[in-house]
Amino acid sequence: MKIVQKERGWVPDGALYAIGEILGIPASDVEGVATFYSQIFRQPVGRHIIRVCDSMVCYIGGHESVVDAIQTKLGIGLGQTTPDGRFTLLPVCCLGNCDKAPALMIDDDTFGDVQPAGVTQLLEGYP
Amino acid sequence: MWLDEYQAKNGYAAARKAFADMAEDDIVQTVKDAGLKGRGGAGFPTGVKWGLMPKDESINIRYLLCNADEMEPNTWKDRMLMEQLPHLLIEGMLISARALKTYRGYIFLRGEYTTAAKHLNRAVAEAKAAGLLGKNILGSGFDFELFVHTGAGRYICGEETALINSLEGRRANPRSKPPFPAAVGVWGKPTCVNNVETLCNVPAIIADGVDWYKSLARAGSEDMGTKLMGFSGKVKNPGLWELPFGVTARELFEDYAGGMRDGYTLKAWQPGGAGTGFLLPEHLDAQMYAGGIGKVGTRMGTGLAMAVDNTVNMVSLLRNMEQFFARESCGFCTPCRDGLPWSVKLLMALENGEGREGDIETLLGLVNFLGPGKTFCAHAPGAVEPLGSAIKYFRPEFEAGIAPTRAGELTQVVTPTMVGA
Repeated sequence: MKIVQKERGWVPDGALYAIGEILGIPASDVEGVATFYSQIFRQPVGRHIIRVCDSMVCYIGGHESVVDAIQTKLGIGLGQTTPDGRFTLLPVCCLGNCDKAPALMIDDDTFGDVQPAGVTQLLEGYP
Repeated sequence: MWLDEYQAKNGYAAARKAFADMAEDDIVQTVKDAGLKGRGGAGFPTGVKWGLMPKDESINIRYLLCNADEMEPNTWKDRMLMEQLPHLLIEGMLISARALKTYRGYIFLRGEYTTAAKHLNRAVAEAKAAGLLGKNILGSGFDFELFVHTGAGRYICGEETALINSLEGRRANPRSKPPFPAAVGVWGKPTCVNNVETLCNVPAIIADGVDWYKSLARAGSEDMGTKLMGFSGKVKNPGLWELPFGVTARELFEDYAGGMRDGYTLKAWQPGGAGTGFLLPEHLDAQMYAGGIGKVGTRMGTGLAMAVDNTVNMVSLLRNMEQFFARESCGFCTPCRDGLPWSVKLLMALENGEGREGDIETLLGLVNFLGPGKTFCAHAPGAVEPLGSAIKYFRPEFEAGIAPTRAGELTQVVTPTMVGA
């Protein structure tokens, strides 16, 4: 599934049947695994994935205002993709940057000490 | 730190010693004598876990897994170790593999740790090229292959049997124990699962011996050696330090973390990750080791503490935490799947001032129903431990969320009159 996703960006229905056939297991089992994990996408996602840490230390650090700033800026909620297909916004478990809370990840880059005012500039780095 | 620098600083000296001078059982016995305990949060003695691996020599396929699926909120010790000292982990795994006669090892790394993945892969390649991994390691005739596996993202993968299921490519539901992984693990073979920090302790124990290791902890501590401890939240200097077991939480909080930032006061703190209970400032004199934190009523957990400041409402904080635990429940057993979302619902109502009489009692009931021994794995007990302690210490904040009964909603009680009297 990770291979399919690397090529296509997400795992469409057809791929589930194909994977099941190769592995010799029912497509329903493949779907069970696909929906279990947060990094396997069952619907199309944007070019860039924003993962905002929503764990308690980031909560104390004020992550909700960061999420609000991103939502206002992009006009989408958690779990949604911008209409131009540029960003998908997702929550994520503790990113292990608690000393620099609040933290978020864009694609493979992790940022700490994120402030609502700095969100616009941060997003501009990802066209 | 890469291979050349690591070797120049006595890196792999312990592995050479273990391969040249020690029999497999000697390594296990040394780790047992040193009193090394698992550093993942539960604190199970590592030597005992190793001793559970079957003695039967005919079972030649065994696995060593490193649990690097670090997702516990407020825990980032393993990330630091893997990013900065990847060879220490590889050396620890190499010695452990020899002791347990495992021919293959996997580092189960969470997908979000991209830097750690890069560094580990480079270090594994270096070690392979230097003959420290692969066939006939250090001329001993022992083979050990090591792979870095990046997970697909789910908190529950950190539970050892869930990790095994995930590595096999299944849904990461925890398995019923027994059988323990030492008997039936990955692909049905004997498997040992250890935390990153635990494995990183092994080289020092082998190199410097049991007596040295035992001398590290402060007086009064029942746990041996050192531990990565940290403090986060609105403290002056949030960070991570390697400290001997038995330092007081006050030392950690005041001397290392520098106390609270100006304008904030300490309201409560959590000793080690989201799954441990809240404590009050008066508990700061507790010693940081399993028994020391146990005395004040919770668990040491991962040893990375979090400060809650006076601006934080406990109900909102708990709502955030239980939302996390409810989302990350694997959904396999009922108390956890249904109980955690229920607690979120109640907490949201209390947060918005719409709670009803009896809600706190219902929450306390959930704390009981989801407690230790009532679920498949430790996810639900860990989820309700902070909830129970928060209600215990901060009950008025929860009570403040209960809406006053409005007069109009009261049902008029009419005294029945007897017909035909």
